[in-house]
Amino acid sequence: MKLSKKELHQLLFGMMRIRQVQLAIESRYPENEMKTPIHLCIGQEAMAVGVCANLEKDDFINSNHRGHGHYLAKGGDLIALIAELYGRETGCSKGRGGSMHLVDTSVGHYGSSSIVGGGISIGAGMGLAIKMQKKNNVSVIFFGDGAADEGVLYESINFAVLKKLPVIFILENNQYSVCSHISVRQAGNNIFHTMPAKLLLTKIVNGNNVLHVYDSVHKAVARARTGRGPSFIECRTYRIRGHAGCESQDITGYRPLEEIEYWKALCPVAAFQKKLLKNKMLTLNKIKKMEKKIDDQIKDAFAFALQASAPASETLPLYLFRE
Amino acid sequence: MLNSEIKQKISEPAFYNEGGKCKRVLNYDEAIREALQLALKNDNRVFVMGQGVDDPDGMFGATQNLHWEFGQERVFDTPLSESVLMGVSVGAALAGMRPVYFHNRPDFLLLAMDQLINHAAKWSYMFGGAMNVPLVVWACIGRGWGAAAQHSQALQGLFMHIPGLKLVMPATCYDAKGLMLAAIADQNPVLIIDHRFNFVHKGLVPADIYKVPIGKGIIRRKGKDVTIVAVSHLVIDAYNAAQEASADGIDAEVIDPRTLRPLDEDIILNSVAKTGRLIIVDCGWKTGGVTAEIGAMVAEKGFSHLKAPIKRIACPDLPTPAAHNLEEAYYIGKKDIKKAIMEITR
Repeated sequence: MKLSKKELHQLLFGMMRIRQVQLAIESRYPENEMKTPIHLCIGQEAMAVGVCANLEKDDFINSNHRGHGHYLAKGGDLIALIAELYGRETGCSKGRGGSMHLVDTSVGHYGSSSIVGGGISIGAGMGLAIKMQKKNNVSVIFFGDGAADEGVLYESINFAVLKKLPVIFILENNQYSVCSHISVRQAGNNIFHTMPAKLLLTKIVNGNNVLHVYDSVHKAVARARTGRGPSFIECRTYRIRGHAGCESQDITGYRPLEEIEYWKALCPVAAFQKKLLKNKMLTLNKIKKMEKKIDDQIKDAFAFALQASAPASETLPLYLFRE
Repeated sequence: MLNSEIKQKISEPAFYNEGGKCKRVLNYDEAIREALQLALKNDNRVFVMGQGVDDPDGMFGATQNLHWEFGQERVFDTPLSESVLMGVSVGAALAGMRPVYFHNRPDFLLLAMDQLINHAAKWSYMFGGAMNVPLVVWACIGRGWGAAAQHSQALQGLFMHIPGLKLVMPATCYDAKGLMLAAIADQNPVLIIDHRFNFVHKGLVPADIYKVPIGKGIIRRKGKDVTIVAVSHLVIDAYNAAQEASADGIDAEVIDPRTLRPLDEDIILNSVAKTGRLIIVDCGWKTGGVTAEIGAMVAEKGFSHLKAPIKRIACPDLPTPAAHNLEEAYYIGKKDIKKAIMEITR
């Protein structure tokens, strides 16, 4: 899949933006003003960006607790994200959701569940709706290896295959569920990699390589849009930070430090920059410009969130039901 | 209960019913079926799914042959995967459809609690109203014929606890149709818990589209001595007990709340203000259940009207036994209600 320089820069910009936003959140987290459990996706940026670059605004995504990257990559409003982390009325969920429950329906982001695997069947249902409405959109579901421990994944794939739904399952295998390594939770490699491709396109890709992710998802999207059914793409990656909170809050002793260092060296953002620089598709100056642009956006978003109002206490009962 | 046992339909009592002016009689299953048929015909967003909705039996008749009329794409059987199919309904609702998801028994809803409670009930509030989930879930309580502990649970108390779910329990043919149409038109998740005993009835049902408002109860029998709030099929037992008590000179008022959440508190409190006595009857368990909630509500808001302690009639806090004589001992009905009426007015 040959991408133009502009498209390559967009991929890089998307990844850098997610990284810088996360670092900014992390640096301010110890101030205790963002009173919400953050789950950073540092080191996992390539998947959100590589997937969403294939999607249109009206394609659906379903995200999870580690969802800042998915939200931003799909085009979710940065200002509303930061405001949500500060529990503001102007947050994307009006301060009712917090870090784990982001939404921006205007760009096809239909929410994120913090019940592990909770969004999978919902994404399948959105695929069913697309099919019943005879549209050619797709429904993409992001979930981690923890969710692959849940029976709902297997049942959802069965249903998607049965009904030939335009659904793309994106497993972000970052190897850890809280502190439990995948080797103590899974009997082997995922069973879907042996399913006949005519039923379910399956693939294992390097989740730290944005172009690998992009290419695989490109095929999956084309397949879904033309009524050929679902795909399952497992992206191998690593959770650089702890399960929740900032780096200093990660507990020690459950994984070797060398393992973290090994994966830090495989940083998807740095690797992509290096590759583009080497191929003369990018200059250091361009990277600086991108960094500056993103920093300005981040400054604006934090400034906006800090001066924004919290929801009024009397609005507590609102939004339980739609009238 | 076997279907063959309830082929002989009996007429609903001549109590107060909005359908009273029409002359058209339908069986209970036909009333639900007609609601689905009208909804499917008038709104192409509506679809019906669930294990066995296209069986020859058609979910006790409630969905019978709808798949022939509207096609397998809009009325379809599903894998058992209850949790996933509940999530599929939530997702389809988010993406603009109006799913009606049928469950044979509420017992199986327990497998779908994650999607129903963690997701469907939360999706509007948790995202500040950015989305809503127009979803109808239907399940039918079993009873008798040794159905035992896992095919007979009346779990309304459990679901009544959940903010974000509407909970409907019809008792008449008229309401079965009108509440189904209201539930399908609602913008939110609505759980309809029906009861197998309702299916023995035939009653007055107009042919047109009408909605019974969710959250509004109805007085089935006016009276001045004691208020009886009864749920689902027990409305009819309560009415019959009240009729018997009138021979003893006691005039009981019978309220059918029809919706347990939101609960029509006013209709209950106004009645208690008049009678000063309250009996609550529910086919679920007693502890932490429907009778507990309604009793607490009246104690809190209508205490000054009470002339006697509130009486609660509910199933004992035990799993349902299978043996016929134990079933008889377990279940409650007209006799228990009559006894309570006599005691509370003594």
